[in-house]
Amino acid sequence: MKESNALLYLDNVNVAFDGFKAINNLSLYIEPGELRAVIGPNGAGKTTMMDIITGKTRPDSGDVLWKGEHDLTKLDEADSARLGIGRKFQKPTVFETHTVYDNLRLALKADRGVWPTLFARQSAAERARIDEYLTLIRLTDRAEDLAANLSHGQKQWLEIGMLLAQEPELLLVDEPAAGMTDDETMETATLLRDIAGERSVIVVEHDMAFVRALDVKVSVLHEGSLLAEGTLQHVSDDPRVIEVYLGR
Amino acid sequence: MLRVETIDMHYGAAQALSDVSLTAEVGKVTCLLGRNGVGKTSLLRSIVGRKRVSRGSIRWNDTELDGLRPDQRARLGVASVPQGREIFPLLTVQENLEVGFAPLPRAERFVPDEVFELFPVLKDMLGRRGGDLSGGQQQQLAIGRALVTRPTLLVLDEPTEGIQPSIIKDIGTAISHLRDQGTMAILLVEQYFDFARDLGDSFFVMDRGSIVQSSGKDDMVEADVRRWLTV
Repeated sequence: MKESNALLYLDNVNVAFDGFKAINNLSLYIEPGELRAVIGPNGAGKTTMMDIITGKTRPDSGDVLWKGEHDLTKLDEADSARLGIGRKFQKPTVFETHTVYDNLRLALKADRGVWPTLFARQSAAERARIDEYLTLIRLTDRAEDLAANLSHGQKQWLEIGMLLAQEPELLLVDEPAAGMTDDETMETATLLRDIAGERSVIVVEHDMAFVRALDVKVSVLHEGSLLAEGTLQHVSDDPRVIEVYLGR
Repeated sequence: MLRVETIDMHYGAAQALSDVSLTAEVGKVTCLLGRNGVGKTSLLRSIVGRKRVSRGSIRWNDTELDGLRPDQRARLGVASVPQGREIFPLLTVQENLEVGFAPLPRAERFVPDEVFELFPVLKDMLGRRGGDLSGGQQQQLAIGRALVTRPTLLVLDEPTEGIQPSIIKDIGTAISHLRDQGTMAILLVEQYFDFARDLGDSFFVMDRGSIVQSSGKDDMVEADVRRWLTV
């Protein structure tokens, strides 16, 4: 198998819904520690791509491999989460009636059986990990506040922190900047750059100021296929990319 | 005339629109352009009444629309052709058109001939289920349904999305015909730039929840607008 050093390997993947080809010969390789931005007009297949990676949708054909050994097309959503693929949907979903700290504590990777949960005690190591996540997501000062009282952008950061607490090797992040203030948007770009490296991150976004600030390789999807790939400057100069964005 | 003045709109704590102002005149096609996710549909939702604004005002011929339900706005002449068409797949074409009767007084509850003059294909398919129509025919049906309500403000959300070129041309012809009648203001949201450029009398461009550029037909600089639409 080629590209076996890729963390995530999609090759020639196809999915059709009632004859409509949502994903059409899509190939995509993500390296360990890489931060990748995925953009594309409406209906380009961005969400379906993430559904395939997380086992929510099964492709009709093609290879989807995790670390070159696990066939993701055979796994369901829970399996892919256990393998180390974390997904953040667009809308923030945190436990609003719990504190920021408790939200992270609930998300920590741990044995979730009945007895271990009932008799769980927080270890110093867990406390240290939560402190580390709080620093990363810029919420150390808000640890004891209820999640409900955070701003929209801070809720998004908290949810990213909750994903980190599950110790994933790949994070899929769907439109984190939507609805954020300008400052929060720029801070989110820095945050994602901070957390990449130790794990890989795929971020789908429409906000070009945000994608520019990420300053990483960009994949442009169109009609279920990879249309262009490279720096934002490179893809924005590509006449085919310009055409699809102008709707021709 | 539609006057949107300094509106903000939120989904929960997430801000979708920020300080948006826009006008649309009767007898004109006003185009709202921008990439996906910049707030175009959110603005339409606030105009047709599917979402309240958190600040600012939306006036239609000096009536404040904010606070009115969508059905109340429909009685004031506001009609919407939603993105993705949203026709009723299990109702026939005839029945789909009759959905537009809801805001009308009893005497006006008929389908105007104009609908079939603009879209003759609908006449041939009156008994067919909406879901069995092609995408382009469904789009024509959605526009027809809006016209049945006798609108004075017609709002169209990406009517060319996923539609074949020959039908896009028919839809363009229909929109300019409606404009030339001079009885309605037309607000057109588009991502298909050439289509909007050929039809529009004025242009508003959105990015990140705000209007970043506005111009009339004559002072519109294509390169400036396209810059906001491409990546």
